[in-house]
Amino acid sequence: MKLLETKHLTREFGGVIAVNDVDFTVTEGLVTGLIGPNGAGKTTLFNQITGVDKPTSGSIFFNGSEITGFPAWKISRLGIARTFQNIRLYKELTAVENVMMGLHFKVGEDPFRHRFTQALKSYLFATSENKEVYARAMDWLRFFDIDQSAQEFARNLPYGTQRELEIARALAADPKLLFLDEPAAGMNPSETAHLMHVVDKIRGLGVTVVLIEHDMKLVMNICDQITVLNFGMKIADGTPNEIKKDKAVIEAYLGREEE
Amino acid sequence: MNTLSLYLQYIVNGITLGAIYSLIALGYTMVYGILKFINFAHGDILMVGAFSGLLIYQALVGEADPGVWTMLAFFISMLASMAICAVLGVFIERVAYKPLRNANRLAPLLSAIGVSFILSNGAAWIFGTTSRRFPYPFQNDPIHMGGVTITPHQILVIIVSIIMMILLAFFVNKTRMGKAMRATSLDQNTSALMGINVNRVISLTFAIGSALAAVGGMLASFDFRVYPSMGTMTGLKAFVAAVIGGIGNIQGAMIGGVLLGILEAVGAPLLHIPNGMRDTVAFAVLIIILLVRPEGILGKNEREKV
Repeated sequence: MKLLETKHLTREFGGVIAVNDVDFTVTEGLVTGLIGPNGAGKTTLFNQITGVDKPTSGSIFFNGSEITGFPAWKISRLGIARTFQNIRLYKELTAVENVMMGLHFKVGEDPFRHRFTQALKSYLFATSENKEVYARAMDWLRFFDIDQSAQEFARNLPYGTQRELEIARALAADPKLLFLDEPAAGMNPSETAHLMHVVDKIRGLGVTVVLIEHDMKLVMNICDQITVLNFGMKIADGTPNEIKKDKAVIEAYLGREEE
Repeated sequence: MNTLSLYLQYIVNGITLGAIYSLIALGYTMVYGILKFINFAHGDILMVGAFSGLLIYQALVGEADPGVWTMLAFFISMLASMAICAVLGVFIERVAYKPLRNANRLAPLLSAIGVSFILSNGAAWIFGTTSRRFPYPFQNDPIHMGGVTITPHQILVIIVSIIMMILLAFFVNKTRMGKAMRATSLDQNTSALMGINVNRVISLTFAIGSALAAVGGMLASFDFRVYPSMGTMTGLKAFVAAVIGGIGNIQGAMIGGVLLGILEAVGAPLLHIPNGMRDTVAFAVLIIILLVRPEGILGKNEREKV
């Protein structure tokens, strides 16, 4: 089943067309890789879908309904979470508090609706909501094997841990679709190996994952589907084996063979 | 009267004054916490609050003698004036600050000063510049306790302020909207990512801050009377209180306000400062705080990463 679909999605910046007429499909339950040389428009495509930026033309459908041009907060409330190349954590909070943020602002629950009565109830009857949330946040940290850093400030954590913490927080909010923008960038080989293991576990949770990645080994190993962009256009999509053999992809990465 | 009870009296007066500063300082500090911007029109919102409160109160009470009805009317007019100021605060943010959110940091500041002029001059145009007395809604006979005298008006100020601050603390700490607000003050972009509607949080912040300013304005008008430029000095001092407590910090604003009120009430007689120069105390305290502990009492020391 198609969870996400873009139709003729285009984004122009002045005269530059960063994303050009792209039809991108994500199937529910699979790990989809989005690859392409530098400047191919991968992050721009992510930004259009997650509401960070608005497309010039074309449309985006999530779960059957159109979400084109929605603001970022609305899209994440619908169940699309993402991480960034430059990590966005609450730097002045501890690791576990960051995950608690994700749990406090769960997908589908609008903090501006019906929450006051519940808060009042939990206040009056002293059901320790925070203890519960804390325990669940610790579960998430354990899921990523980073629970030993729970009490560290996010800004003091090693790079790889910060990345995984960002993913943990995104998952804590219970999204249907998770976008990872170059999760392995700047990671050492052992951190990358751990990440691959993590993405595999996320698939096991039933969360659909889309990742932008340069690390070919990682992409080929963990993705079920791959879409390739070059100069803003989609040049191929298919299974890893199909992509490995695709002429246009080989050309884009290695250049045209001289006759 | 011996010296001890005299100073005790000053402290009581200072707490009353300080409670009003706290209520107003909360608006400065909450807006700063979220937008890192000083809303210089906040003082004039308290003036609007005082005027609307007074007019509604007079319309309700007429020439009636202080009694149960006047007390009730006072609280009704306070709620109405809170609502008016909340709407006004949100409106001002939408019109004067929101379009400038990505502009140079100086732009919204100047816009705020412009709004401040519009409000105070608009009030002068509509209501005239003569100051009006806010009649006490009760018999204001002083109560003597030991060597200290306390008036019902002071009790009202303190009780209302405490109730407002408890409500605010409950809202900010216990409700999900309050959590969204705290999250937004930590990091706006990340919070949008968490599905928080940042614009709504900002509107809410202005609404709450302005409603508290309305309460502060009405309570202040017993002492200071009601006139179009009443917000300038009171607003400025509340701003000082917010800085003393650590701007951006809600408990800081509460503590800073009361502390400034006490310092002002005790400091002036202690240092033999003549009555017309009383305001210098607040600003001297500001200068000292900025020199010794610029982040304020409860503020965090924000160091730029190199």
